[in-house]
Amino acid sequence: MMDKKTPLYDCHVKAGGKVVPFAGYLLPVQYETGVIKEHMAVRTAAGLFDVSHMGEVVLRGKDALDNVQRLVTNDCSRMYDGQVKYSPMCNKNGGVVDDLLVYRKKEDEYLIVVNAANRLKDVLWMRQHLEGEVDFQDISDDIAQLALQGPGAKDILCRICDEAKLPVKYYSFSENVLVAGISCLVSKTGYTGEDGYEIYCNSSDGPKLWDAILEAGNYARNPSEDPSEEQNLVIPCGLGARDTLRLEAAMPLYGHEMDDSISPLETGLGFAVKLDKPDFIGKSGLLTRGTPKVTRVGLRITGRGIAREACPVYLGDKLLGTTTSGTHCPYLGNPVAMALLPIKHSEVGTKVEVEVRGRRIEAEIVPLPFYKRNAK
Amino acid sequence: MKKEYLYTKSHEWVLFLDEKTARIGISDYAQGELGDLVFINLPEAGDEVVAGEEFADVESVKAVSNIYSPVTGTVRAINEELLDHPEFVNSDATEAWFIEVEDIKDQVELLTEEQYKAQL
Repeated sequence: MMDKKTPLYDCHVKAGGKVVPFAGYLLPVQYETGVIKEHMAVRTAAGLFDVSHMGEVVLRGKDALDNVQRLVTNDCSRMYDGQVKYSPMCNKNGGVVDDLLVYRKKEDEYLIVVNAANRLKDVLWMRQHLEGEVDFQDISDDIAQLALQGPGAKDILCRICDEAKLPVKYYSFSENVLVAGISCLVSKTGYTGEDGYEIYCNSSDGPKLWDAILEAGNYARNPSEDPSEEQNLVIPCGLGARDTLRLEAAMPLYGHEMDDSISPLETGLGFAVKLDKPDFIGKSGLLTRGTPKVTRVGLRITGRGIAREACPVYLGDKLLGTTTSGTHCPYLGNPVAMALLPIKHSEVGTKVEVEVRGRRIEAEIVPLPFYKRNAK
Repeated sequence: MKKEYLYTKSHEWVLFLDEKTARIGISDYAQGELGDLVFINLPEAGDEVVAGEEFADVESVKAVSNIYSPVTGTVRAINEELLDHPEFVNSDATEAWFIEVEDIKDQVELLTEEQYKAQL
């Protein structure tokens, strides 16, 4: 299969992005600035990501809500227009098909945003399980999505749009917001653990929106030496920083912290599973599985080295489980990992060892998330 | 003997201090490809290294990579500064040496800087 270019491909090349294939798309893993600086920009100022590879589908019609309710584990019945909700979508056994965001546009119209790597699987799954009067459309190819993340995101966006039109609450959105003259859906969401926005527009407008945001944030690929010029309030960020940021914020990633065989309850997503709502796909599977025996824990690596995914975790000689993701956290300054471990061995403070390429290094179970932004 | 940086095809550099002693590091091209380094594991003084075999590994934010020794010999010293400051390799790869090797008995095929750059 040929990897697809996102509408912003030329923007990445122009900005010096190191482009790699990812989930069927050609996307920048980093720019010349490097992962650490891109990560830090999001924690301290702002970063701009191309996330056009994400999939978008629309459910519309009289039975749209019933279908959403049956497909996802969270309760979407009392959402308001303009609200966003995170939810896993389960298979019949209670494993996770994907995790996604549900946007309620109207009582009978929902936008669902899914992982790029799962888009085709999700679309097939959803189509197979639609019932009643509902129109289903995969609009992924028509949409460009940019994520502007970081404490400076709002100020930058306000320079090119009407502040009054922006969503205020976390996990809410506004439609038809003119950003640099482009009609956008602006959502106060993100995958970095920082304040910020995810901005959707027509794919043909993507490059113009990208350029406008970088310009509003005084981005210069080669910053001038003149300190009077307030440059690089925003820098473009790649997939590398997206992964370190989400890991530092302990946000789960499909294919790592969950998959078709791991239930949302086993990976710490119980808050988004409403077993008391009317029947949904996976409910009986989850009930059959019973109380989960494993849970997702945070590990701070105290020895020398970096644990990545699929490293065995030991308590003495006892193999407890394996890591699901791990990296060096640029902001916290130390390596961390997440792992699925038995609940009885998941207590914070437990000293364990992680095997990295045949060598055991020390680690300690710590609370999640590793990083939490200061509440304002 | 002329002091010049010689390179391996696996992107290490070697600088002979005399016929039997050399400093070893990784090329500027390699550090650029690896990206921001956050960990370096080095051998200890007294360890033997073998030409063409792994002697260290470096971790960038994204991945781990093995570093291969251009020569066979005994580690005389390691650059301990790098253990705390792996980013020095990113800022100046030819200055940030990894190890010094003495009693050199063998070496892999080495390229001049010109030859090395031509094959990148």
